[in-house]
Amino acid sequence: MKDTASSQALPMARVRPGRIITWTLLFIGGVIMVTPLLFMLSTSLKDASQVYDLRVIPAAPTLDNYIEILSDGRFTRWFINSTIVAIIVTLSNVFFDSLVGYTLAKFRFRGRYIVFIAILSTLMIPTEMLVLPWYLMASQFGWIDSYWGIMFPGMMTAFGTFLMKQFFESVPDDFLEAARIDGLNEFTIWWKIAMPLVTPALSALAIFTFLGNWTAFFWPLIVTTSAELYTLPVGLSSFAVEQSVQWEKIMTGASIATLPTLIIFLFLQRYIVRGVMLAGLKG
Amino acid sequence: MSVAAHREAATGGLWSRMSLGQKQLIWAWGFLAVPLLFYVVIRFWPTFQAFYLSVTDWTITKPAAFVGLQNYKRLLADPLFWQVFRNTFLYLILGTPISLLISFVVAYYLDRVRFMHSFIRALYFLPFLTTAAAMAWVWRWFYQPVPIGVINDMLSGFGIPQQPFLRSTSQALPAVLAPAIWAGLGFQIIIFLAGLRAIPITYYEAARIDGLSEGAILRKITLPLLKPTLVFLVVFSSIGFLRIFDQVYNINTNDPGGPLNATKPLVLMIYQTAFSSYEMGYAAAQTVVLFLILLMISLVQLRLMSDR
Repeated sequence: MKDTASSQALPMARVRPGRIITWTLLFIGGVIMVTPLLFMLSTSLKDASQVYDLRVIPAAPTLDNYIEILSDGRFTRWFINSTIVAIIVTLSNVFFDSLVGYTLAKFRFRGRYIVFIAILSTLMIPTEMLVLPWYLMASQFGWIDSYWGIMFPGMMTAFGTFLMKQFFESVPDDFLEAARIDGLNEFTIWWKIAMPLVTPALSALAIFTFLGNWTAFFWPLIVTTSAELYTLPVGLSSFAVEQSVQWEKIMTGASIATLPTLIIFLFLQRYIVRGVMLAGLKG
Repeated sequence: MSVAAHREAATGGLWSRMSLGQKQLIWAWGFLAVPLLFYVVIRFWPTFQAFYLSVTDWTITKPAAFVGLQNYKRLLADPLFWQVFRNTFLYLILGTPISLLISFVVAYYLDRVRFMHSFIRALYFLPFLTTAAAMAWVWRWFYQPVPIGVINDMLSGFGIPQQPFLRSTSQALPAVLAPAIWAGLGFQIIIFLAGLRAIPITYYEAARIDGLSEGAILRKITLPLLKPTLVFLVVFSSIGFLRIFDQVYNINTNDPGGPLNATKPLVLMIYQTAFSSYEMGYAAAQTVVLFLILLMISLVQLRLMSDR
């Protein structure tokens, strides 16, 4: 379409086969990419006697593995833990990162630049370096084995703050000035006027934060010791160790941990892809 | 917000006499109060503490005592550290170029595909949304010997001998790296696609009028204009591979980082030093080394970006 002139000059027959081959190769590559997921799902639908049959479509699909694992109760608990943790951390980031990003983008005051640089500088510090002091802090304050213990390190992030600052900078000052003249207070201006103007950025931030916390393994592994408080990835890991070679059970557990994000994606594909692009370009 | 509102209530008369600038100042610091407290307590203080701990002999049981650079000296003399350093470097040096090459090729061709574009993109993107800890178990199962392992089963179908994969000191590291590359491709492809879209079509049109071949357009227009995207992805994925942990820990839970430490990355060494041996001071020194490596990567990034 962009090259109408050149495609008229070239005989169509010479262009088409190349396109078809490109498409086919890309398609095959894509199928290879999802193969591990297909095998995971198909094995979760097989009983122990069929596991050695490596066909992707199970001969006799059954939900027994899911029923057994979910009736055991632990996975339900871990699922709830992960959901609570991921949602609260996401809400906290959406609120605080955008509040700070807005303040740094739209207020003029002494110290603004220093605060921005200070927050940005924390991006240089890898989580792994903070984990030992956090662990010390958590054990001193009794936060080991609590939701707060899992959540506190991620309640705000410099990445999110930076992302939101970038987007608030493109909000015209006139909008905010008009609201100020109408007598709205600054909090209301931020919440009611500025926030609705940056919803694409907010959804990108929410998607990234949720995904990051849903799949997080390192910190939850350290800060939880009782199975009651495990998040889904940590619980799955301990469950898989205990199942040893019962691969159909392990694949069922892995499916339970993975399916929610995949299903969310099917519904929100457009927003998620756009969110990744936004975060990647501005971040 | 509550801080500012509280002040407003307490000093009602004063508030109405304040200038707009003064009010703005109070609002701004009111908005920043809780976040600043968070950053000081949860980010800055622990950073200093990590440096401090790295020069102590702190273990879980006894209080920390200053030991100077002893932990660092011990680390440099520890053969395990050099093995781990080599592994971490291998993850980086193999993972980054391989994943970027694959994702660029896919993105470059996917950009031209219109038919079922978003469906194919979704196929590549889906693995990015998975939980690394869960996927490590799927791949671990793939690498099993026949009759259970999918890959060995396929190999024997082609008459290729069985491969030990995770049981071999030479094959285990690439075998652990594969799921990490696989899971990251979708993200890189999306970013490359965004970068490709951002190149103005007029550049290509001009090049075609000048009679440049597709290869020349790629070399002279596409790649140079993609440089910011490339630098971002190189740094982003390098940091990811340097911090690899979830996959390694889960793919061999009997002996994490095994066989014979052949797959052990720095973060796993930190984890084991801290939470298996409880040598917190020594582990802190290892985290400082990780920080220095990541800092160097960031400085290289800044350098590359300023060359632009």
